[in-house]
Amino acid sequence: MLKTRIKALLIVLLGVGLGFFVYYSEINKDNPEPSSNKVVNFISRFPFKLGLDLSGGSHLVYKADLSNVEKAEVSNSMNSLRDIIERRVNIFGVAEPMIQVQEGSFTNNYEERLIVDLPGVTDVSEAIKMIGQTPMLDFRTEVPKEETGEEVEGEEAEAEKLTYKVNEAGQLVPDYDSLFQLTDLTGRFLDKAVLNFDQTTGEAMVSLQFDKEGADLFKQMTTENVGKTIAIFLDGYPISIPVVNEAIPDGQAIISGNFTPKEAKELVDRLNSGALPVPISLVSTQTIGASLGDEATQAGVFAALVGFLAVAIFFILWFRLPGVIAVLALSIYTLVMLSIFKLVPVVLTATGIAGFIISIGMAVDANVLIFERIKEELREDKEDLATSIRNGFKRAWLSVRDSNISTIITSIILYSFGTTLIKSFALVLLIGVVTSLISAVLVSRLFLYSLNFKRRSKFTEFMFGSGFTNAKQVIK
Amino acid sequence: MFIVNHRKIFIGISGLLVALAIFSMSYFGLNFGIDFVGGSLLEIKYENERPSPVDLQSIIESVGIGSSLIQPVGELGYSIKVRDITDAEKNSLLVALGQEVEEVGFNSVGPSVGAELVKKSIISFILVALGIILWVAYSFRKVSKPVSSWKYGITAILALVHDVTITAGVFAVLSHFMHTDIDTLFVVAILTVLGLSVSDTIVMFDRIRENVRNKQSKTFEENVGESIIQTYPRSLLTSITTILVLISLIIFGPASTKILAITLTVGMVIGTYSSIFLASPLLVIFKNLQKK
Repeated sequence: MLKTRIKALLIVLLGVGLGFFVYYSEINKDNPEPSSNKVVNFISRFPFKLGLDLSGGSHLVYKADLSNVEKAEVSNSMNSLRDIIERRVNIFGVAEPMIQVQEGSFTNNYEERLIVDLPGVTDVSEAIKMIGQTPMLDFRTEVPKEETGEEVEGEEAEAEKLTYKVNEAGQLVPDYDSLFQLTDLTGRFLDKAVLNFDQTTGEAMVSLQFDKEGADLFKQMTTENVGKTIAIFLDGYPISIPVVNEAIPDGQAIISGNFTPKEAKELVDRLNSGALPVPISLVSTQTIGASLGDEATQAGVFAALVGFLAVAIFFILWFRLPGVIAVLALSIYTLVMLSIFKLVPVVLTATGIAGFIISIGMAVDANVLIFERIKEELREDKEDLATSIRNGFKRAWLSVRDSNISTIITSIILYSFGTTLIKSFALVLLIGVVTSLISAVLVSRLFLYSLNFKRRSKFTEFMFGSGFTNAKQVIK
Repeated sequence: MFIVNHRKIFIGISGLLVALAIFSMSYFGLNFGIDFVGGSLLEIKYENERPSPVDLQSIIESVGIGSSLIQPVGELGYSIKVRDITDAEKNSLLVALGQEVEEVGFNSVGPSVGAELVKKSIISFILVALGIILWVAYSFRKVSKPVSSWKYGITAILALVHDVTITAGVFAVLSHFMHTDIDTLFVVAILTVLGLSVSDTIVMFDRIRENVRNKQSKTFEENVGESIIQTYPRSLLTSITTILVLISLIIFGPASTKILAITLTVGMVIGTYSSIFLASPLLVIFKNLQKK
């Protein structure tokens, strides 16, 4: 008995702890001054993650035209396309953009898509313009440097000379223009890039093959720059800065460096996508103004509160003592859910909040099944109160489990097939159903056991009665 | 026993409701939103006073966007539904509308995305239905007397089709009078109704299964009748609590989930009705057919 009570107490403490976590991580989130309390600082790092429809922002869907890409290369091309666009969006200065490749399947006629979520961006026109460019690959040579008398080699030299400037988004970025100057050689002249391994050392290398015109340009460039570096830029960012060892006349260049095979592979993908741009076109746009999002968030939170209170009041009036316990279990359930949303983190959308509110209703279902069953066991009048409670839980478990599995099946299918909004709904519902099973079966049971009812008396008769049923009718 | 004895009346009521639902769907039609057929939806808000829809319509036509469907939103806003327009076309429309207009939200769906959603919805619907039949047949696999386990599955599916049809029918009426479209969220609502309705039916069947096993002296009809009496309070209570939260979502929740919540509420009511008044009586009818 003592053990059960200690466990119940621990669960209550856990609930209180989660309550503090959820509360303090919310009230400190807008506070720019770091608090003197380290714990408060730590938990402030877990705010709710709001989806575009609540925070405001833009959702763009692009279709990639892969008709010129071989089938085996599709996945690579899409991934490098994603990397490139991610870099472009980052230059634009968007906080936490999300860029995903949506693979083609039979539901969309094998269209490869790229989904770009830009939170906080409501003027999409500029973003659309910037994303829509084809990846730009170009080769640059060093800006002639003043003689300093001291020769510093390779990356160190670079680091020393690098200056910084502030870009449009207010971020500090390296000023490459002071180091390298543009040449005529661009990705247009690159035939292909291939991943190679040095036959003796096994080192990963990237070899480049230019077309005829490119070979001439490259020859001239390398002749003039022996001993210096040539920078390969993708979308204005250097992806590789090899040193020229000798003039290269045949348009065949090898970039060797301290690549891991993975890095070399990435570089090859980037070079190839720069050389073979994948054209993309916009097929769907969605912009949600920030005010609309704010209203939706407030309405959703308020609806959840009212719904929870309505259920709690109804439950306590109808089920009396077990009702109070169920409401306690439900509160812990709600806190566990909110903490999961913060910790995972689950991206909350309007549909996600709706899913959460519905899951509150369903969490109640398990409790109703169990309490109704306990009442039936009591009516049979064979056992004492404690045994009836135990049997009630045991017998109700099967139907609680079976009925919830159908919702689990539904939410898994919805999740795997849905768009962002549906996914959010399905995920919250799935987490909700699983958590509510645990909360009803473990938490409610533990609390009821720990109250340790043995005898039937007028008091327990009333406490376990329900609705309009006279307690006497329940416990004879 | 009342329900089992008068099963023909209740099945008749259900049949009538389904017929009415099919009629309302064909009479009012189901308006598919831009999610499915493609198109653009622009929501705007005026600073002080909004022009009449007719004036707005002529401005939209003047920029060459063509026909539009305009609906007022709140006191100062409009939602404008037009064909699938590009970002440039949207910008020129906003310029034509003047300085007073603020863009609240914009949603444009290309036809290929819409077609994909239609396919996805149909596939999820089939998969959910299949998953549920298999699950019901599996969890009732040990009960083959006097009614074989797959009949529980089929009955659950019949109840489910009944719930979904009536819900869609009610939605058709609502969407006609409230000018709402079928969007992604409607599909979500219908699929959730599937899950909830079946879970209700399963609880009922679970009790029938238990009673058939424990009380073999009674007839199948008696056992079914007793099971209904034992489980209906639970079905009602669960529905009431879920509907309580749904109503709070309808009244206080965000505008974007109102249709979802209304559809779910209707589905819950119908789902509860069907698990008490339709599924179990149908099971008895199946058993009687088997005898002959």
